[in-house]
Formats: sequence, C-alpha cells, structure tokens
Amino acid sequence: MLSRIAESMFWIGRYVERAEDTARILDVQTQHILEDAATDVETACRSLLAVMGVEIPPTEKVGLPQMLDMLAYDTTAPTSMAYALGAARESARGARETLSVPLWEALNTTYRAIPAGQFKHMRAPFIFGWVRDRVAQINGTADATMMRDESWQFLMLGRYVERDDMTSRLVATTSLTSAGGASQWNSTLRACGAYDAFLRVNKGVETEQAAAEFLLLDRIFPRSVVHALQRAEGALDTLEGTTRRAGFTDEAHRLIGRMRASLEYRSLHDLLADLPAEMERLQVTCAEATEAVTKRYFAGAEALAWQPV
Amino acid sequence: MSQIFDAYETRDPAYDEMFVGSELRPPYQRLGDSLGRLSASELISRVEAMQASYLDQGVTFDIGGEERAFPLDIVPRVIERDTWATIDKGVQQRVKALELFLADVYDEGKVFDDGVIPREVITTSSHYHRAAAGVHPPNGVRVQVSGIDLVRDNTGEFRVLEDNVRVPSGVSYVMTNRRAISAALPEAIAEHRIRPVANYPQKLLAALRAAAPAGVADPNVVVLTPGVYNGAYFEHALLARTMGVELVEGRDLVCRNGQVLMRTTKGLAPVHVIYRRIDDEFLDPVHFRPDSMLGCVGLIDAARMGNVTLANAVGNGVADDKLVYTYMPDIIRYYLAEDPIIKNVDTWRMGDASSREEVLDRLDELVLKPVDGSGGKGIVIGPAASARELEVLRGKILEDPRSWIAQPVVQLSTVPTFTDGSLGARHVDLRPFAVNDGDKVWVLPGGLTRVALAEGELIVNSSRGGGSKDTWVLAGPTSSRPSGRGQSQGQSQTQGVA
Repeated sequence: MLSRIAESMFWIGRYVERAEDTARILDVQTQHILEDAATDVETACRSLLAVMGVEIPPTEKVGLPQMLDMLAYDTTAPTSMAYALGAARESARGARETLSVPLWEALNTTYRAIPAGQFKHMRAPFIFGWVRDRVAQINGTADATMMRDESWQFLMLGRYVERDDMTSRLVATTSLTSAGGASQWNSTLRACGAYDAFLRVNKGVETEQAAAEFLLLDRIFPRSVVHALQRAEGALDTLEGTTRRAGFTDEAHRLIGRMRASLEYRSLHDLLADLPAEMERLQVTCAEATEAVTKRYFAGAEALAWQPV
Repeated sequence: MSQIFDAYETRDPAYDEMFVGSELRPPYQRLGDSLGRLSASELISRVEAMQASYLDQGVTFDIGGEERAFPLDIVPRVIERDTWATIDKGVQQRVKALELFLADVYDEGKVFDDGVIPREVITTSSHYHRAAAGVHPPNGVRVQVSGIDLVRDNTGEFRVLEDNVRVPSGVSYVMTNRRAISAALPEAIAEHRIRPVANYPQKLLAALRAAAPAGVADPNVVVLTPGVYNGAYFEHALLARTMGVELVEGRDLVCRNGQVLMRTTKGLAPVHVIYRRIDDEFLDPVHFRPDSMLGCVGLIDAARMGNVTLANAVGNGVADDKLVYTYMPDIIRYYLAEDPIIKNVDTWRMGDASSREEVLDRLDELVLKPVDGSGGKGIVIGPAASARELEVLRGKILEDPRSWIAQPVVQLSTVPTFTDGSLGARHVDLRPFAVNDGDKVWVLPGGLTRVALAEGELIVNSSRGGGSKDTWVLAGPTSSRPSGRGQSQGQSQTQGVA
C-alpha cells in the first residue's frame, strides 16, 4: 500500500486511542481530585499535566478548569481530546478511499461535534463517557468493516503503541500519588475497566503490588502494558511477512520486543522499585519505535537506501 | 392537500422546465403529484435530514478553505427519454469531433491548412502546450472524460455553453445526489423508472485501463489529486474508492529512468495510467510551473516516452478555449461531415473588427466572457453590470480583443428550487459526463444539474455559491396526461410502474 496511507492509518490508530485513554485518565483523576479533601488541587493538576507532557510555568495559576482545557477542550492543545479527535479525522480525510465508508462516517460524525459546538458544552464527567462511547463505536465499526490487510495492521500498530504509552502514563500518575495506597490503584484499575477482572483474578485480594502487576504484566488483559506490546509485535510480524532464520531485522520490532522482555523477565519487586523511571523508559521506547516504523514504512523510496535487503 | 406549488411563479421569458403557466409539463406530472402530497413542514424536515446526512458523510466542497456541505436541492430535474436521446447523440458527436480536432492540432494540423480555423487561434491559446505535440496516446484517446456544459434557451432547446475536456469535475455529486434523493423522496423514486448512474466508476476504470501503455497487460491505475485542501478532494477520493485504485498525491510519485513509480510500504511500485485531477500547469515543474509542488518531476517525459498514460491528455485545454468554441460547428462539419446535433449559443468573436464594433455599442445587453476562464471567473453580465464596470470591461476588450467573446444573455431554463422555506424558480444548466474508452463514447444518463440558488442569478458554478439537483433521465416514454397544479388525490392507483 501507499506509504502515505500507511502513515495515516497508523496515526488514526494512535489518535483514536489517545482520545479514549485521555478520557479514562481524566475521569479517574478529576474524581480523585474532587473527592479527596487531602489533595492540593494545584499540585495534583500540575503533576497530571506534567505526566501528559505539559509544562506550565510556576507563575501561572493552574486549577481544574485550566487542566480540563489543556486535556479536554482546547482544540489547539496537542494533549487534548478535542485535538486528538480532530487529528484522527484529518488523517482519515487523507486516507478516505482506503477506509471503509462506515468507519469514515464514524470518525467524521464524532469530529463534527467539535466545530458544531456540542463538544465544548459537554461537562465533565459526561464528556469522558461520550468520548469513550464514540471511540467504542469507531473501533467497533473498524473491527466489523475493515479488511485485515496491511492498512488494518498499521491501524492496530498505532493503537497498541499508543495504548502502551498512555497506560504507562496512567500507571505513572498512580505511583506519583501512591500515598493514597490501594484505593488509588483501585481507581486506576477502574479507569482501565480492569477492576472487576482484577478482583476475579486475585480472588478479591487488593494490594498495590497485585494491581501494578495486573496492569503491567497480565498477558490476557487487553489494556495491560505487556498485552499491548504483544499485539504491537504481532502487527509488526504480520507486516514483515517473511519467515526469519535468526533474530529480527525490523528495528521497531526489536525495540518493542526488548521492552517487553525487560518487563516480563524481571522480578516484580525489581520492577516496582522505581516505577516512574520504568514508565518513562516505556514512553521513550514507544517514541523510538514510532520513528523506526516511520523510517522503514512511511518514507517510501528512501527506505530502500536505508534498509538494504 | 398540500399547497407547496401554489405560490410558485415562473420567470418569463426563461423556459420553466416544470410548469407552463399553472400546468405541469408532461415529464413532471408524476413528480408534481408526488411532491404535492407532501405538506410544507414535511418537505422542510426532509430537506434538513438530507443536509445533515451530507455533512455526516463528508459530501463537501471547499470554498476558501472552509468545508461546506455541497448544497443539494430536494426537487429533482426530470429529462424525458426522447430529449435525452438527442443530448446523448449530440454529446457523443461533439466528443468525437473534439478528439479528432485535438489529434490533428497536435500532429499534422490539416484543419489549419484547409482553412477551417486559423492556426494562430490555437498557437495563441494559453492552453496550447508544445510538450503535447507529437505524442500519440496508446489507444488514440485524449478525452477519457468530458463534461460539456449545456443550457436550455427560452424555447426549451438545449445549446452547448462550453466544452470541458481538461479535468471536468462534479460527477461524484451525480452519484451521491441520487442516493440522497432516494432516501429523501422514496415515494417519488418508486413511481418513476429512472436510468441509473451508479455504474460510472466501472465505465471510467474500463476506459482508463484501455488507455494503458502498449504491452502492459494488467495496468496499475491511480487517481492523482492535489490533496485534501483541493475543492474537489471529496470527488477524487470517491472515484478512487469506487474504482478500487490508489489515490495518490504528487509526493507519492517518483520518476526514475522514464518510469513513474509510487512509494509503497514495500518499496517502489510501477504506475501505468494516471487519472490526473491536476491542471496541466501543475503536473511537472520541469515543463510547466517550476514552483508547483502538486505534481512530480519527470511526469511529462515519462508520458512522452509512452511509459505512462495521463488521462485526460496534456494540452486538451485548447479545445476548451472559448474562441475555439466559436469554431466548433465548423470543426464538427469538417471532421464528421455532419451538422451539429446540439447547437452553440450565438457568439461573437471580439477579434473580428466588425463584431467588436457592434458588441461595444451594446455592452449593456450582452454577456462578455474571457476565453480561457473557467468556474464563472471574469464573466460580465451586461444588464447586471454598473456603468463603471462596463467602462473597465470596454478598456480590457480594446486592449486584448483575442481574449474575449460576447454572447446574448441566455436566460437559462428554470426549475422549482427550495430556498428559504419556499419553492422558487431558479436557473439551471446541465453537465453531462462522457467517458471515451476508444471504442465508444458513453454518456452518463443524467449528468450534473447545477442551480444558481440566488433569485435571478445566472452563474451556476459551485465556486460562486451554486448548488445541484438530482437529474432523472426517464427510462420509459412520457405519457401526455392533463394535470393541473396540486391535482394529487386519487391518482395513485393509475401510477404503478410506467
């Protein structure tokens, strides 16, 4: 397929996932900030913004409204849900002949709520549910109508790379404030829709370690870090399409595989010793893997010179 | 009983296609009855549903960077079978003549030697490209797609307003309009037998494949678009999707050793036929505008070497030149030995001293058009222009007479159109699309009806705020049955299938 279209598919996957994950993180964090009297609102907002990659100068006042603006409503802030939905639709617009018609319409009607003014009038927490519902519709439509060809693999690759990146941020926000103890981890699990599954797996025993293990390492829970890494590897594997005698030739594949191994083949204790640093490493891996995929698949002719066969 | 047509007034002397006085014309009887059964509020809610669905589907047109839903009017335009048969034949004749003319112009130029048209008319045209001279398209076709604009004069006769054999646009709306009207007026659709329009992409693909370079058995066909910010991007995407081919931008292509290749995830893949939706001037910075980022370096050389086919061919613009238009009746007689089936609109060339004198005397009664304009740009309608505008125009004509033609104000026919909550007579034209695969010129039954949404406005281009109508070509004969306005009750039993 065309390199440009492949790139669009990858970014549709990323932006749609980013919108959903941002909604999940905000849902949990705003609730937490409002409910917990002990939390200093300004500090909590600042640290959440920092985790999402927004630095606010110390002279500026930051409260819930400012934070919601940056992460939900502001169409010009690259961290906001509005921006992610707009960017997903803009990518889709350039790949319109490749998307199934229902998928394009699902993306377009979602986006249309923003210029039409509906979006900015939706309040928290209603808006978080709305975004999750719309994303569920987009993903469901994609699942039901897209061919499982290369374009699908790029869509999946984008989705799972983004999910890794965002789950790592969600885990990081939790460990930042883990003075809250198990209850904080519970809300993180809830944000991932993982609480019930977690209880079932752990027979009702709630500990911080068990929660972290579940979110990081569970192989069959779809929003865990390791599961998302596995799926990203799977997509890269299908894209490469050749049987290998030894090792991996694809740089992105190597990066992601190495990251997964380093999570899976270490003791939990070791892993939890410095969780924020570990999560940052995961984010760096996602960025590097994206760069490698871009070089190999999206650069077209240039890739030939770069990737001698 | 509904009154939606009660306040409708025709605009004399323009030909109204639906009504003569208060009587429905025969082709519109069924439609008039069917619409008459709708209340005004029902009609409004259907119009709103239709507009919302266009926005959701992204059936849009860019005007100055803003994405708008392409305005579709709810009242279809009906063309009866026999009238269409004439249009069909007339368009075929015109395309055949244009093909022969272009082949001649870029080769021997017999048409000049035989005195049909002066050579300088062609060589002074801004659309004449030497790069196209001596190129022989693989199956001889230069005009894979044409959109010849027709209007109906005050007597109802169809006339050719202009030829478009470069990159005519609008066919996607023909297809989406039909689907939208089927949803909005299911009763009316069911009561008519309408010739389908949905097979256009297959016809186009067949014509493009037939134009592949010699020796290529399974050609890779692509659609070349300027990108998402182009006004007609929606159409480019729709055509690529419905033909099942890639939609490429200039940056997706690369030329190596006279071959055109596209950048894919698996390296470079050869391209054989390019249905390009980019004007000649932007195709290749080597031959044309060096600042163009839309095309691809080396494209023209690859085409000249016969390794890739550009459709439509480069240089077709000379046939769109409005000065060449004035010679078309002679050109048709010269190549085909037939009289034109569809006449031109009467036209004066400003290059002729005697015509110029006459026209300059009555500028305020005529329409003046720049010969290389498109999209309604630069047109001055005398009766609507101020004295100052006419003075400026006079200066321009005297300065460069070759660049202007004059025509009488053709009052384009009218069809009832829904604007601001009521039905009013609005002027329309018709662009039938024809596809030439080298064996046959196929005319899409219907084509794009464009409608000027402002009252009295005669320029219908979408870039000037025009809308469109679904255009129904009836498959069966039209029975003549007297029917007055709003006589809708008790007809339904007699109205099965025609």
